[in-house]
Amino acid sequence: MSIFLNENSKVIVQGLTGSEGTKHATKMLAAGTNIVGGVNARKAGTTVTIGGKDLKVFGTVEEAMKETGADVSVIFVPPKFAKDAVIEAIDAAIPLAVVITEGIPVHDSAYFWAHAVAKGNQTRIIGPNCPGIISPSKSNAGIIPADIAGPGPIGLVSKSGTLTYQMMYELKEFGFSTAIGIGGDPIIGTTHIDALEAFQADPETKAIVMIGEIGGDAEERAAAYIKENVTKPVVGYVAGFTAPEGKTMGHAGAIVSGSAGTAQAKKEALEAAGVKVGKTPSETAALMKEIIAAL
Amino acid sequence: MDLYEYQAKDLFAAHGVPVLPGKTVDTAEAAEAAAAELGTAVVVKAQVKTGGRGKAGGVKLAESPAEAKEKATAILGLDIKGHTVHQVLVTTASDIAEEYYFSFLLDRSNRTFLAMCSAEGGMEIEQLAVERPDALARIPIDAIAGVDKAKADEIVAAGKIPAVVAEQAADVIVKLWETFVAEDATLVEVNPLVRDPEDKVIALDGKVTLDENAGFRHPAHAELVDERTENALEAKAKAKGLNYVKLDGGTVGIIGNGAGLVMSTLDVVAYAGEKHGGQKPANFLDIGGGASAQVMADGLDVILGDPDVKSVFVNVFGGITACDAVANGIVEALKILGDGATKPLVVRLDGNNVVEGRQILADANHPLVTVVGTMDDAADKAAELAAAV
Repeated sequence: MSIFLNENSKVIVQGLTGSEGTKHATKMLAAGTNIVGGVNARKAGTTVTIGGKDLKVFGTVEEAMKETGADVSVIFVPPKFAKDAVIEAIDAAIPLAVVITEGIPVHDSAYFWAHAVAKGNQTRIIGPNCPGIISPSKSNAGIIPADIAGPGPIGLVSKSGTLTYQMMYELKEFGFSTAIGIGGDPIIGTTHIDALEAFQADPETKAIVMIGEIGGDAEERAAAYIKENVTKPVVGYVAGFTAPEGKTMGHAGAIVSGSAGTAQAKKEALEAAGVKVGKTPSETAALMKEIIAAL
Repeated sequence: MDLYEYQAKDLFAAHGVPVLPGKTVDTAEAAEAAAAELGTAVVVKAQVKTGGRGKAGGVKLAESPAEAKEKATAILGLDIKGHTVHQVLVTTASDIAEEYYFSFLLDRSNRTFLAMCSAEGGMEIEQLAVERPDALARIPIDAIAGVDKAKADEIVAAGKIPAVVAEQAADVIVKLWETFVAEDATLVEVNPLVRDPEDKVIALDGKVTLDENAGFRHPAHAELVDERTENALEAKAKAKGLNYVKLDGGTVGIIGNGAGLVMSTLDVVAYAGEKHGGQKPANFLDIGGGASAQVMADGLDVILGDPDVKSVFVNVFGGITACDAVANGIVEALKILGDGATKPLVVRLDGNNVVEGRQILADANHPLVTVVGTMDDAADKAAELAAAV
């Protein structure tokens, strides 16, 4: 088992023919992802060969799904066109849309999220501005390097891409059921809570690492959720203790405003929910090692 | 990007929101002339991007042009919460019958927008929210449906805005929504929104935050940046397309890849610094996924140009980027910088092609570069080197 993405997932890439799309499709294929096609209205009907595999380019997500049975779309479309691309995926009711694109205006994200809700949330959105999702040895939808860690008992959910990689690396001896980067934007689709709920329900996942960062109150809400609903051990890490108020730290959502969104408040909320919180990535990994050893 | 009050009100005016006439000036003489031109009693208002201007003495009434000059002299150059006043807005003084509060903002938790409205404006909104939460209406806004007249009526009623000005207030709210959407703002706040003695509704103050991600559809927004108040190093980094934030009181320059890892690096350096006389990170710098030699050189150039920096910590996890490419980038960057590179560099590489990357640095054997195996140990080394200077 794994969450949201498995060995049966059939993946299409929106923006397959662009440079980012082609580069990462190559890596995804090499990692064993079953990519079944791409979408680009201007190149509909053509075929591209990526990583030795011939991939059909479709005019729309709907056509691609009808023809290939795709159930996952990974979106590499530039910010300007990302809103329309996500809406197209939602309208086609694809079960999972992974939005890698960085720099999407927040009004566009708010709009496509409202559209997803209006369509009855038939499409799970991961991102935007995220590294995607990997269920090691099964499928990789996004840009997480597949060779950092193999399959195993840990579920990981993180706002940050590189901290996802760092933590996977620190815990590579155990491996992961699924690792998800949910993205650092102010408005994102899948939240920490969604991932926690799925990891709790996934029999293969024995323990969970949750990585947060400054800004918003997602970690506090996740803490409240854990307290009520999660029985599996959870280890947490929050980045940005030294971030000053009012300065955006790289991610559009990573900003401390007033008393809200500080790393300290998040750490305290998580600890109050029984989550062991590391001060550094290595300390967090050490906490997880203890938990795994005791399983 | 946060705007000044006068910039916010210019945007309001462009979208039909009623504001008072005024002029923004940077000398006391110009303030006097602006007051004479307006021909009324004026308010001289410090233009700084922070709250509490009134309490800090940054907002003064002036009955005459001569008095406006005098007040402007007092306000220009004032330090308000670390912000130096470079400009004042000279605007018509208004008699106020009542003060209301209104804002549109991003509601991250609910992944949509929120309108906040209260008949009890004027005071700081955080204070109102704590002391009189019932007096502050919070109305979720559907990002697709937006705010039409009917929705604005609902907001006005929820905020208990008096009936005599309800129609006008609702019109203003529709126009503020137009401003919010058309300008890609993440915050539009009017505090106070006032009723004057003639029952006219006016936006007396304005606070707007624009979404920099939406810059591609707003070329005019680039002109709203005030380079005077930008940190020189931040301006230099921005010109090179780098994601850099200067941090006060730090001595360890930081370069990393990925926002989360860099934030984490700042923390780890601060913890390590406690053992070395309180060394702290001097900056945030995310060089992103593709760390080419040029990007690395640009980043190093900015950081080495910071007189506060005593040592540099390069912390890279090779995910998409391979460590050998990063190592080559560091070696090339040091060549490009030549004698400009004078401070010790501690480098930690992990991940993709780490063996090759470390080998490249070992072969280069640059006297300024120390390679350390883990993030914690490297942070410790960088703090130690900074303390030794």
